[in-house]
Amino acid sequence: MLVSNFRRKEAIPNHFILILFALLAVLPILVLFFNSIKPFSEFGLNPLGPPSEIRLQNFPDAWIAGEYTKIFFNSAKLVFGSVILCLAVSLLAGFSLAKLNPKGSTVIAIYLLVGISIPAQLYILPLFLLWKELSLLNTHVGLIIIYSALNAPFATFLIRSYMIRLPDELFDAAKLDGANTFQIFFRIALPLSWPVILTAGLIIGLAVWNEFLFALTFITDPNFKPMATILFSFQARFENNYALQSAAAIMMVAPIAILFMLFQRRFISGLTSGGLKE
Amino acid sequence: MNFLSKKSYIAWYFVIPVVFIHLFVIGIPSILSLALCLTDWSGLGKINYVGFENFIELFDDRYFKKAIFHNILWTIIFLTVPVCIALMCAYLLTGIKRGQMFYRLAFFFPYMLASVVNCQIWKYLFHPIHGLGGFFESIGIEALASSPFTTKETSLYAAAFVDGWHFWGFLVVIYLTGMYQVDNHLYEAADIEGASKFQKFRYITLPMIRPIFIFSLMIIIIWSVPVFDYVYILTGGGPAYSSEVVANYLYTHAFVRFNVGYASAVGTLMFIYVIFIVGIFGLLRKLGWEI
Repeated sequence: MLVSNFRRKEAIPNHFILILFALLAVLPILVLFFNSIKPFSEFGLNPLGPPSEIRLQNFPDAWIAGEYTKIFFNSAKLVFGSVILCLAVSLLAGFSLAKLNPKGSTVIAIYLLVGISIPAQLYILPLFLLWKELSLLNTHVGLIIIYSALNAPFATFLIRSYMIRLPDELFDAAKLDGANTFQIFFRIALPLSWPVILTAGLIIGLAVWNEFLFALTFITDPNFKPMATILFSFQARFENNYALQSAAAIMMVAPIAILFMLFQRRFISGLTSGGLKE
Repeated sequence: MNFLSKKSYIAWYFVIPVVFIHLFVIGIPSILSLALCLTDWSGLGKINYVGFENFIELFDDRYFKKAIFHNILWTIIFLTVPVCIALMCAYLLTGIKRGQMFYRLAFFFPYMLASVVNCQIWKYLFHPIHGLGGFFESIGIEALASSPFTTKETSLYAAAFVDGWHFWGFLVVIYLTGMYQVDNHLYEAADIEGASKFQKFRYITLPMIRPIFIFSLMIIIIWSVPVFDYVYILTGGGPAYSSEVVANYLYTHAFVRFNVGYASAVGTLMFIYVIFIVGIFGLLRKLGWEI
């Protein structure tokens, strides 16, 4: 339902203010995009505007300079690994908390809620030392485990709040037909939950793709670094080559922009659900 | 309900993986940290119990005090500037019909981008030669003629600005969700009474979205504690500790100087503070506040 608490003629000043803020949000990203397709020589005269001549060669240049074939693959591995592992554990837990109600489920819920609010700085150092002992530093598996744990509480609650609305009759009927709990999970709960699986997957993937602190700390070997920390070192390496820098940044933004256009509602509702579900 | 199985241990099988992985990565290391803060460990060799010495040293450490002060400033900035702008934009958005979705996407998009990317954008825009520096100089804003990230007086505010720029769209969406739940009849009644736009906002919208509003304040306070990316990437805490925040201070002690005990003490204080804040909001709710 749309609240129209203004008369129509009042909408014009509304638009005026809103456009100003929309420009503040979007223009800086647009400048980055312009710079990514601008010849390096043009930066002195035209630092902010659209390029007079489009130079797409910046992208292959940045791709080669940053060895992005390898780096892109690193990030893809981290994203898919974390999405799969995190979804697997969260779906199981979300299903249990929604439909099986284990004894002491409130204890688990409280534990996970506290887990969300613990600042990463409390545990990052002991975790680092533990990962060192287990030889998990500079491995993607190590980081995938961390990312799955970081995102699991959020994903569990999101999945739980979805599954709790699935009609109980379906599960009762399957139970009468002699299905065991695992069959009910795989054959009934999972197929019905694809919308929330998609939403949770997108949010986890986005978080992993953008993550900085743990990637910075746990992967120091440049061969294993993901896009985020490579872009950070790229900024220092090519400090004054803004064409190259911007092209590298756009390569990090592009997949998100495309997915955002396809799944805006899922991203927005998923990312803000944590702020509203309480 | 428990209708699926009489044996509740099956329900537990489903929860074990998530609990295990979470304990392994977050739970146990957190407990370790809470224990290590009472030692002088350097990451290698013997662990000596030193009691509260780390904390005593911390309260004497002027850089730590500076970092805490900066975190408080950061919290205050985020509790005011993005909150006011987001409230205003969300309220204005409820008054328009066309272009709703466009504005929402535009406001929200920066929230989706990585901190490294956002920092790069603004480092460039604030660059004295290539970015807006020359423009600011020509219109007489000398303060922005040099990069605000490398100037002592402005570094903290500049980093907070970039983080806020990326964050406020999130608040718009949250507030908007709350505002759509407000009963339209209230506004119609106010219209009949001849209430102004601002009066309607003050006496209808704000009270009606109070639960979401208070909750947003709580997450801002909590999220202002571990602030790291934007400070580390944009200023590194400098120049001369002028933008040092607690998380960056901890990071330096943990991974540059390997003061395990000292860093754990900082982490412990951060944790206690966050739990304290969550506890206060929980208590207020128990006392009958509508949060």
